Amino acid sequence: MSLALIVALPFLGAFLPGLMIRSGRNACAVSAGAITSLALVMLGLHAPAVLRGEVIQTRIDWLPQLGLNANFFLDGLGLLFAGLILGIGLLIILYARFYLDRRDPMGQFYTYLLLFQGAMVGIVLSDNILLLLVFWELTSLSSFLLIGYWKHLPEGRQGARMALTVTGMGGLAMIAGMLILGQIVGSYDLSVILQNKEAIQASDWYLPALILILLGAFTKSAQFPFHFWLPHAMAAPTPVSAYLHSATMVKAGLFLMARLWPVLAGTPEWFYIVATTGLVTMVVAAKIALFKDDLKALLAFSTVSHLGLITMLLGFGTQAAATVAVFHIINHATFKAALFMVAGIVDHSTHTRDLKLLGGLRRAMPITFAITTIAALSMAGIPPLNGFLSKELMLEEASHTVWAGIPWLLPVLATIGALFSVAYSFRFLGHTFLGQPRSQLDHPHDPSVGLWGAPAFLTLLVVLIGLFPMLSAAWLIDAAASAVTGEAVAVNIYHWHGFTAAFWMSVIAILGGFVLLMLHAPLNRLWLATPRPEAKRIFDGIVEPLAALARGLTQRLHDGALTRYFAIATVAIVAAGFAAFLGGAHSPGLRPETPVEIVPLIGWFLLIASAAAIVSFHRNRLLALVLVGVIGLIVSVGFAYLAAPDLALTQISVEVVTVILLLLALNFVPKTTPFESTRLRRGRDGVIATLAGLGSGALIYALMMRDSAFPSISGYHLANAKTEGGGTNVVNVILVDFRGYDTFGEIVVLGIAALVIFALTEAILRAGPANDRLLTWVQDQRDAGDRHPLMLVVATRMVLPVAIMVGVYIFLRGHNEPGGGFIAGLVVAIALVMQYMASGFAWTEARQRVDYHALIAAGVLIAGAAGVGAWFTGTAFLTSDFGYVTLPPLAPFELATAMIFDAGVFLTVLGAVMLALASISRIALRAGEKVNTAPYDTDLPDGEVR
Amino acid sequence: MEFLVASAVGVLTGAGIYLILRLRTFPVILGLALLSYAVNVFIFASGRIAIGLPPVLSYDDRDYSDPLTQALVLTAIVISFGMTAVIVMMALGSFLETGDDGIDMTDGEDRR
Repeated sequence: MSLALIVALPFLGAFLPGLMIRSGRNACAVSAGAITSLALVMLGLHAPAVLRGEVIQTRIDWLPQLGLNANFFLDGLGLLFAGLILGIGLLIILYARFYLDRRDPMGQFYTYLLLFQGAMVGIVLSDNILLLLVFWELTSLSSFLLIGYWKHLPEGRQGARMALTVTGMGGLAMIAGMLILGQIVGSYDLSVILQNKEAIQASDWYLPALILILLGAFTKSAQFPFHFWLPHAMAAPTPVSAYLHSATMVKAGLFLMARLWPVLAGTPEWFYIVATTGLVTMVVAAKIALFKDDLKALLAFSTVSHLGLITMLLGFGTQAAATVAVFHIINHATFKAALFMVAGIVDHSTHTRDLKLLGGLRRAMPITFAITTIAALSMAGIPPLNGFLSKELMLEEASHTVWAGIPWLLPVLATIGALFSVAYSFRFLGHTFLGQPRSQLDHPHDPSVGLWGAPAFLTLLVVLIGLFPMLSAAWLIDAAASAVTGEAVAVNIYHWHGFTAAFWMSVIAILGGFVLLMLHAPLNRLWLATPRPEAKRIFDGIVEPLAALARGLTQRLHDGALTRYFAIATVAIVAAGFAAFLGGAHSPGLRPETPVEIVPLIGWFLLIASAAAIVSFHRNRLLALVLVGVIGLIVSVGFAYLAAPDLALTQISVEVVTVILLLLALNFVPKTTPFESTRLRRGRDGVIATLAGLGSGALIYALMMRDSAFPSISGYHLANAKTEGGGTNVVNVILVDFRGYDTFGEIVVLGIAALVIFALTEAILRAGPANDRLLTWVQDQRDAGDRHPLMLVVATRMVLPVAIMVGVYIFLRGHNEPGGGFIAGLVVAIALVMQYMASGFAWTEARQRVDYHALIAAGVLIAGAAGVGAWFTGTAFLTSDFGYVTLPPLAPFELATAMIFDAGVFLTVLGAVMLALASISRIALRAGEKVNTAPYDTDLPDGEVR
Repeated sequence: MEFLVASAVGVLTGAGIYLILRLRTFPVILGLALLSYAVNVFIFASGRIAIGLPPVLSYDDRDYSDPLTQALVLTAIVISFGMTAVIVMMALGSFLETGDDGIDMTDGEDRR
C-alpha cells in the first residue's frame, strides 16, 4: 500500500495549500512542504532495501480485464527519480515562498505544484504502462497550469499552450507505442515487459513502437527538432522553470528511455535514432545558448543541450554509457536547478535578466556570486566539481564510439558541444557578475536566506559530489544504473584518468570555450546577421490555420440556435432508433393484450385530448400549464391502475410541487407566447415531433407485446426482498437496500440541484440588470381581493399536523407497504408549502426554525452515515440489517437500518423541494410583493396590507 | 391496454418534442415536462404491464408487476422535478437579466 500512498500523497495534499492560504502565506508554504516531506520520508524508509538491490512492489487490481492495474514498483531508477522530484520539490517550495509576489495567488501555485509532483512521482513509480500514460498526461496538464500561472502575461499563456500542444502530441504518439508494446508482450506490466527483450526486438512492430515511444520521450525532453517549446515555457515563474524545466519534467523523457532501455536499446535502430538525436540536440542547443541574452533563455537552451547529452549516452546502448547518463542526470539536476534559482534572484534584485544590461554584480551580491560561480563552473565541466566528472566520462564514452563507420565524428562533435557549453557557462557567470555594470542598476543586493538557501544547498551537493563522488553518489548511481541496465553495476569514479583522449578533449573544450567567449561580440554580430528559422513562427504557421479551421467548423455547427440543435439531435436519435430496429432480429409479439376497461379508456381520451390541446393552445401559458397538470394527474392515476402504487403517490405529489413552481415562475415571464415561427417551420417541427412520437410509441408497444429476451433481475429482487432486505414493499427495498448506492447518488444530485437553484437566485438578486428589472417590476395581473383568505389559513393550520402525521405514517410503513422517504418528504413539503400560500412568505419564514440547506446536508449525511455504519459490522457500504423489536404493549415490529437511510432520503427531498420553492418566492419578494406579518389580512385595521 | 399505454407514450413524446422545438423558454419547459412523463411511462412499461398485482409481497401465491422499473421511475420522477426546477430558474434568470425569453441566440450575441 505504501508505494501507492507515496504517489497519492501529493494529490491528496494538493487541496491543503489552497485552503491554508487563508491562514497566511507561511502556513500555505509549510503545508505544501509538509506533504512533500512526508512523501520523501516514506520514500526514504524504502531506500535501504532498494539500495540492497530489492524491488518493492505494490499491486492493486483496478480493471484487470483491461490490463489496467494500479501497480507500483520501486527500484534504483525509481528511487533516484522520486528522490530528485521530492527533494528538489521541497527546495522549490522553500524558494517559491520567497520568490512569489504578495499579489500572486500562492495557494493556487502550491496546489498546481503538488499536482505536478504527484503526477511525476506516479510516472517514476508506475509498474503498469497504462497507468504510467495517465500520469504522463497529468504532468502535461499540470505543467500547463504552472507555465501559464501568470495569467496576465500573454507569453505565459502562449508558452503554456505551445508546451501542451507539443508534449501532448508526443504523449498521443507514445500511447500508441505503449499499446503496441503491450500487445507484443501480452501484458501492460512493466516488470513483465522488461523480461521480454527478445520477443520485442524480434517483432515486426519493434520499429513502429520504438519510433512512437521515442516521439513521446523526445517531445517531453525537448530533443531536436521538438526543442523549441522549452525556451517559450520559460515565461513561467522561475521556481517552475527550475523545477519542471531543469530537474524533473523534461527528464521524464529520459526516465522513460532509461526505463525501457533493457528492452529497446542495443539495436542499430536505437543507436542511430537516439544517439544521433541526442548528439544533434546537444551541439545545436549549446550553440544557440551562447547567443541568448536572457539569463533564463540561456539556461533553457543549455538544459536542452544537456538533455541531448544524456539522450546520446542512453543511445550508445552500452552499460558504461548508461551509467554515465544516470550520473549526469544527478549532476545536471543539482547545478542547473541552482542556476535557475540564481537567475530568479538576479531578476528579483535587479529587475532584469538581460545579459546586455547586467554585469559587475559580484560586489553587490557576494553570496549569489559564490553560488553561481560553483554551479556555473560545474556546468562548464571544470574540475573538481561534479559536472566535470560526468562530462569527462561522457567524452570518454564518445571517444571510442563509432558512428556509421566514421570514428572521428562523435568525438569531434562531442568536443564542440562541450566547448560551447564552457563558453556559455562562463558567459553566464562573467557577464552577470564580473566586469562593470552595463547599465544603471537599481541597488542590487543579496536576497534573504529564504531565496539563497535552496540554491546554496544544491551547490553544496555540487561540491560534495565533485570532491567525494564515491562517498556521496556512487551508491545511488550503482542502484539506478543496475536498474536501467538490468545488470549489477559498480562504478568507480575518480578525477584523474591520465592523459587519455577524454583529457585532451576536455582541455580543448575549456581553452576553446575561453577563446569563444573572448570573441563573443563579433560572433554575436555574425549570429544576428545570419538568418535562422524561428521555431515559434513555424509552429504558429502550422497551428493557426488548424485553429481557424476548427473555429470555423465549430461556429458553423454551434450557431447559437438551440432549437436547431434540438431538431438535429431528435432527428438523429430517431433515425438511429429506426436503423437499429430495422437492422435487428425480432421475435414475434406473442404476449396477449391486456383487456381494456371503460374507465382507463376515458382517462386515455382525456390525456390525448389534453396533449392535443397543449400543442394547439400552448401560447396561452396558464392554460397550457393547467393542461400539463391534468396530464400529470392522469399519469399518476394510470400508475395506480397499473399496479404501481408507489409511483402513483410520488407522481401526484411531485405534480403538485411542480405546478406550484411553474405558477410562481410564470408570474415573472410573459403570460402568452407570441407567434414567431413560420408556417413552414411549424410544419417541419410537426413532422419531427410526429416521427419521434411514432417511433417511441411503436417501440414500447413492440416491447410490451414480447417477453424479455433475457431473464430479468427483477425475480431476484422479488425473491430476496423479505429475506435479505427485511421488507415486503419490493420497490422500497430496492431503493433503500438493493440499489441503495444509486439512491444515495440520486439524493446527492437532488440536493445539488436545490443548491444550484439557490445560487441562481443569489445571482439574480445581486446588483445587476435582473435586480433592476425586479425592483421596477410592475405587476401585470390583478391582485386577488383577499390574498390570504381566512378559510385557507385556518384550513392549512389544521391540516399541517395531520399532514405531518400522514407523512410519518407513509414513511414508517414504506418498507412494507407503498410509501417511503421520497413520498413522505414530498407530502410534508406540500403541507409546508401550503403555509406559504396561505399566509405569505414573510410570515412563514419568521416561523421557520430549520434552515433548508441544513435539512439537505443532514439528509445526505444521515444517509451516508447509515451506509458507513455497515462497515462496523464488516459488510460493504450500505448493507442493511434488520431485526424485530418488542415494545410492550405494541406487537413486535420490525426495525431495519435501511430506515435510517430512508430518513436521510426524506430529509433531503424535503429540504430540496422547500429550498427550490422558497428561492423563487424570494424573487417575488424583491419584486415588491407586499409582505404581511399577520397570519391573515382581516387582522389589520381597515383592510390595509402592511 | 398495451396499445393505450403505447399510444399515450407516443402522443406525449410528440407533443413534448414539438414544444421543445418552440422559440421561447416557457413552452420548452412544458415540453420537457411532457417528455419526462413519456420517458417515465416508457421505462415503467418496459417492465410489462399488469393490473392489480402491485409488487408488495403477500401470502397468497400470486404474480407481481416488475418492481425494478418502478424503482427506477420513482427516483426519475423526483430527479425530473429537480431538473425542471433548475431549468425554470435558469429561464427566469435569463429573462430577468435580458428581458428576452427566446432560446436561440441572435447574431449580435456572443456565441462562445
